[in-house]
Amino acid sequence: MWFSETEAWRATGGKSRRLPVWRKAPMAWVALLVLGFGVVPFIGNDYWFSAILIPFLVLSLAGLGLNLVTGYAGQLSLGSAAFMAVGAFASYNFSLRVEGLPLLASFGLGGLSAALVGVLFGLPSLRIKGFYLLVSTLAAQFFVQWVLVKFSWFSNDNPSGVISAPPLVVLGQDFNSPAGRYVLTLGVVAAMTGLALNLVRGATGRNWMAVRDMDTAAAVIGIPILKTKLLAFGISSFYLGVAGALWAFAYLGTVEPHGFDLNRSFQVLFIIIIGGLGSVLGAYLGALFFVLFPVFLDHLAGGLFAGIIDAGHLENLQKIVFGSLIIFFLIREPEGLARLWWRFRARLGLDPAAS
Amino acid sequence: MDFFLEVALGGLLAGVMYSMVAIGFVLIYKASGVFNFAQGSMVLFAALTFVSLLEKGINFWLALLLALCAMLLLAVAIERCVLRHLVNRPPITLFMATLGLSFVIEGLAQLFWGAQVHGLELGIADEPLELGGLLLSQFDLFAAATALVLVISLSLLFNKTRIGLSLRAVADDPLAALAVGIDLEQIWRVVWMAAGCVGLVAGLLWGARVGVQFSLSLIVLKALPVLIIGGFSSIPGAIVGGLIIGASEKLAEVYVGPLVDGGIENWFPYVLALLFLLVRPAGLFGEPSVERV
Repeated sequence: MWFSETEAWRATGGKSRRLPVWRKAPMAWVALLVLGFGVVPFIGNDYWFSAILIPFLVLSLAGLGLNLVTGYAGQLSLGSAAFMAVGAFASYNFSLRVEGLPLLASFGLGGLSAALVGVLFGLPSLRIKGFYLLVSTLAAQFFVQWVLVKFSWFSNDNPSGVISAPPLVVLGQDFNSPAGRYVLTLGVVAAMTGLALNLVRGATGRNWMAVRDMDTAAAVIGIPILKTKLLAFGISSFYLGVAGALWAFAYLGTVEPHGFDLNRSFQVLFIIIIGGLGSVLGAYLGALFFVLFPVFLDHLAGGLFAGIIDAGHLENLQKIVFGSLIIFFLIREPEGLARLWWRFRARLGLDPAAS
Repeated sequence: MDFFLEVALGGLLAGVMYSMVAIGFVLIYKASGVFNFAQGSMVLFAALTFVSLLEKGINFWLALLLALCAMLLLAVAIERCVLRHLVNRPPITLFMATLGLSFVIEGLAQLFWGAQVHGLELGIADEPLELGGLLLSQFDLFAAATALVLVISLSLLFNKTRIGLSLRAVADDPLAALAVGIDLEQIWRVVWMAAGCVGLVAGLLWGARVGVQFSLSLIVLKALPVLIIGGFSSIPGAIVGGLIIGASEKLAEVYVGPLVDGGIENWFPYVLALLFLLVRPAGLFGEPSVERV
């Protein structure tokens, strides 16, 4: 069911995947980056930045984080939102309590705190597998939320547990406008995506996939299972933590612990199911789908069925459609939108190896 | 000491309610290896259907019958639209499919019957009853009795009927069962139907207690630690696990809670289950089928 990097790698004669990402498809990457940094900030409007592009980027990063541990390393997790919350609240506290700490450093420290918590709740994975691991990740989900609500120190004694963004200034540049927040988010997400691509295509990623596909065999060929699993939990939580910090500061500007409840965890999981488990591209496609689909449904309901469907029904309809889509994808296309994309490319003759 | 006993007993009886949800779970896991996250939404669906029919002025027993039919139909639909197409997929895929399923069922239930909270009166007074100096809720005792009846009828179904025999055969070895001509799809329909009926009972009891509302579907989150402690494939385990979780949760809230400002009921069962898991991964009654790493 997993998106088979190994298969694609074999199909290319075992060569292309060993190249660093930027040497494999430089033109496409340069074009994307130029578009993202050089064109979009000038042609986009505030609605697009704030309501579509920023949440899309942050959710992609979160999906990417979960995909590392679930899609690549095969460890099911329902605690993504908890690690996002740790990242957000830790970033907030670092920037609040450490005088003159650069913004990006506070994001990094937030991510590291989330990684620590992730490793802690990943520890049971050394002894248990599969569904039993759900308990550990759900424990993380409930425990972290409880801690953040109960101990007001984390939100600087705000009575409702709300934290607000520090000024978004990097290297003296002000990023507080919608376009600025978009560029800041894009920068962080692009850098971390590049890192993730190298990670999953290198030794670490291959170890993860080996553990995912058959851990006994992986152990036999000398892959350190424990280290590999904990690394997956740590790095995944780091990504989720940074995503949480961006969600709080670059997207919403302010957040409370309930913004990171179980539903958020489900959302991130659904993103990678629909986008494609074990595929970096999948996290992006899934997030894009998740951000655009409600907008599309709103427009459809407002235009086509105006007056027939009220807001409450719309929410239920959305649930039904999402649920059905997940089931549909699991049945028909377990490798998600990413596989559809590869197939489309193959049909165009762009990448015959990946068909 | 009396206070301690009262808290513990109250917890035990509340635990019976968790067990009720867990039993539906066990039925499906046992027969098909599906970890059914949608059990909570099935409880919601059943209770919401029943209470809405009741409010439309339909007689209690007719409404019960209709709600039961709705659950049976739901089971058939799930088998036809979801399970049939996912044969032989990894368990993790099936689990994720039930996550999707829970969204569909919740959406459908609320689309049909609306999202408001309904009160449900089963005609059992929730008055405390004095037994040997201890105050016990009459309603909780009724729930415990219902659970007992449920377990007895399920074990009769499993042990005395032909379908029960096939069920056990499938649970032991699906391939062998298939080879001797047992209709797997029919078995799945039957267990999902049985789980639906159990869900209806659980939904009515919970609904009478806290009102029929969306939060009913979240009970599945309480059933999970219960299953970990009892073992995924044992009905007695679900009962014992429920009792342990119920009692320890209430005791922890009363005795440990004040030290940390309360509200630990949410995560305590999980931490307990986690500790338990590290010591005894198969649960109290489960077969030692957990793959160790």
